[in-house]
Amino acid sequence: MSAAIASSTATTDQRPGAEVVLRALKEQGVDVIFGYPGGAVLPIYDALFQQNAIRHILVRHEQAAVHAAEGYARSTGKVGVVLVTSGPGATNAVTGLVDALMDSIPVVCLTGQVPTHLIGNDAFQEADTTGITRPATKHNYLVKRSEDLARVVHEAFYVARSGRPGPVVVDLPKDILIKPAPYVEASKIGHRSYRPVMAPDPARIQEAVRLLKRSERPIIYAGGGVINAGPEASRLLAEFVHLTGMPCTNTLMGLGSFPASDPQFLGMLGMHGTYEANLAMYGCDVMLNIGARFDDRITGRLDAFSPNSKKIHADIDPSSINKNVQVDVPIVGDAGQTLAALIECWKQDPTPVAKPAQLDWWKSIDEWRAKKCLAYVQQGPIIKPQHAVKRLFEMTKATGRETFISTEVGQHQMWAAQYFGFDKPNHWMTSGGLGTMGYGLPAAMGVQVAHPDALCIDIAGEASILMNIQEMGTLAQYRLPVKVFILNNEYMGMVRQWQELLHGSRYSESYSEALPDFVKLADAFHAKGLRATTADQLDDVIREMLAHPGPVIADICVAKDENCFPMIPSGAAHNEMIMGPDQEKNARSVTDEGMVLV
Amino acid sequence: MSDSNVRTATIAVLVENEAGILARVVGLFSGRGYNIEILTVAPVDEEKRLSRITVVTTGTDMVIEQIKAQLDRLVPVHRVNDLSLAGPHLVRELALIKVIGQGDHRVEALRLADAFRARVVDATTESFVFEMTGDAEKIDAFCALMRPLGLAEICRTGAVAIARGTLHMAA
Ligand SMILES: Cc1ncc(C[n+]2csc(CCOP(=O)(O)OP(=O)(O)O)c2C)c(N)n1
Ligand SMILES: [Mg+2]
Repeated sequence: MSAAIASSTATTDQRPGAEVVLRALKEQGVDVIFGYPGGAVLPIYDALFQQNAIRHILVRHEQAAVHAAEGYARSTGKVGVVLVTSGPGATNAVTGLVDALMDSIPVVCLTGQVPTHLIGNDAFQEADTTGITRPATKHNYLVKRSEDLARVVHEAFYVARSGRPGPVVVDLPKDILIKPAPYVEASKIGHRSYRPVMAPDPARIQEAVRLLKRSERPIIYAGGGVINAGPEASRLLAEFVHLTGMPCTNTLMGLGSFPASDPQFLGMLGMHGTYEANLAMYGCDVMLNIGARFDDRITGRLDAFSPNSKKIHADIDPSSINKNVQVDVPIVGDAGQTLAALIECWKQDPTPVAKPAQLDWWKSIDEWRAKKCLAYVQQGPIIKPQHAVKRLFEMTKATGRETFISTEVGQHQMWAAQYFGFDKPNHWMTSGGLGTMGYGLPAAMGVQVAHPDALCIDIAGEASILMNIQEMGTLAQYRLPVKVFILNNEYMGMVRQWQELLHGSRYSESYSEALPDFVKLADAFHAKGLRATTADQLDDVIREMLAHPGPVIADICVAKDENCFPMIPSGAAHNEMIMGPDQEKNARSVTDEGMVLV
Repeated sequence: MSDSNVRTATIAVLVENEAGILARVVGLFSGRGYNIEILTVAPVDEEKRLSRITVVTTGTDMVIEQIKAQLDRLVPVHRVNDLSLAGPHLVRELALIKVIGQGDHRVEALRLADAFRARVVDATTESFVFEMTGDAEKIDAFCALMRPLGLAEICRTGAVAIARGTLHMAA
């Protein structure tokens, strides 16, 4: 029967499925894909071999392919593309997909599948990929008919980048990749059911503006949605913050959407946020949340979250609104369009601004700032991790080069967020929602592919880096000069910190035993290895790392027992922050309810 | 949250009639820990490839609003309509009920079936199969009455629901 199909279609303008897939990718503007071959996707690899428009980056593990695509997407605003084989190729990609789902990153992941007639037979390297990835993606497809192939690929891109972005899987049985299939242009396709609302409701905008104008203690809390809405949205955010004179704080995902160097910036908020940001959230009377989702890392104990404020929440995803926190003014729409509308309305609306009260509010904020919650003392030979990040920040800034920072997950991630200042969007890549150790190196790799001349640095922990260390091989193969800056405290520091705080300092399985020699490891992967063990070596190592034209691992041996502060312990409120080690000792603030939280 | 805030919602969902759609809806409820009391689905427009799902669920207002938003977020979902909020609506389900018995029990079963407007759709000398439509309470009540009379088997479709009047749902 398949022979009959092939001969009957040979006369029309049909090409093998694999070629149709590549043509659709090209039409979607794809210039690079991150992938790993295998039996089920060999037809696509064969088609790739015979063209030059799309570059393929061969990773060393499929999870890394997805993180690389995320790094690519977050630094360019484009959709990241992944190609993996069936079975283990697809299952290896799952962590990356969930990571992209949690952080709303547009990724299209093409997975190979056994031929349609074998699906359900437990064939070699068969996995129920659409079943496994259903809750791991924004949407997924299994292409069972050649005539659907081109449309589905185009649709996948549309779904991945529209509304709240996310990962989309397209599962491609091998026979579909071989059989001739018709091509359909992207412009010929409209989506039947998925049409997200972009423009905010003007009545809500006016309500929001009036609340904000009358507010005596306002705050703007901006998240990753502003970054996802494109650089113009970040520009509009700065314009709105300056126009209104209000303080602004960012979530971990939102860093860079408002310039860190701006005097109206209060720093990051949440579990490891600044004293001033968290107290301003606690004490405000009107809060504008734009493009953030009242995540539990942000709110702390819900019933004590910003107890006396009116809340305005602008989000492109209606399901984010009223999910964790009941709000007073919901605004559904794109962050950029919402900010533009807020600016317009602010200029037109005659409501007088509560100026004198807002001056008092800034006085309180300045008092909180005077606490200098991020101060640390670098004394003696032992390198403080905070100091290492601060020097890295200052020295990269001094080079004047465009700099992108990714991180792994743990204390180093929080120190990077606290001490590296981001003045522009799309330059900070971290795994926020899923908290995936092993994210940073492949993400930096994806960024470097998109920005070959930029400085791409993964601020890493010695434990996390081992989770995708194999990607050093990819760096070598493609001469990607990524710098891996390890804050090596010989502990899964964040785990140790929680054990100290919640489990009587019983450091169960959190010591990084039998670590490799990272300098030799770098050497083995054809990269440069550097090490700093004392404070006086730090600047030299950073200088050498920045100057080296190829990939580098810099092993920065830092204080082993440093903890990350300020900290809102789980189950606590914003005004119950632990500021430093002295307070930690007598902090009994973690309740039984708090103990069960992560 | 106190139980007094918990309500029952009957939600109609118009979806693309495509592979995996039911798994998506069911997975959403189980993955996010929502209740499903009843879930029914069938194609309603072959030409436009649309199916209609009826879900009956319970939760606080905040949870039910969340359920609706989450359903609406699924890519193949066209429309989500909370019939319980939209106004007066009809809820019906169909049941097939097998009663096995003899003598007086048979007579009594037939008499009650008549009162409930249940139809006999199969009969032997020892059994009846009754068919009835109605809301859940009516079917519950009928089944309770049949229990001492030889109730052997019940199958029910689960509810389908539609708004009264001109209000209607289209893709
Ligand atoms: C894949 C994965 N497994 C486990 C965890 C839990 N976890 C969070 S932080 C952390 C320790 C990270 O250690 P390291 O990379 O050395 O960073 P540090 O906290 O010491 O800076 C662990 C195990 C995680 N986030 N991701
Ligand atoms: Mg560590």
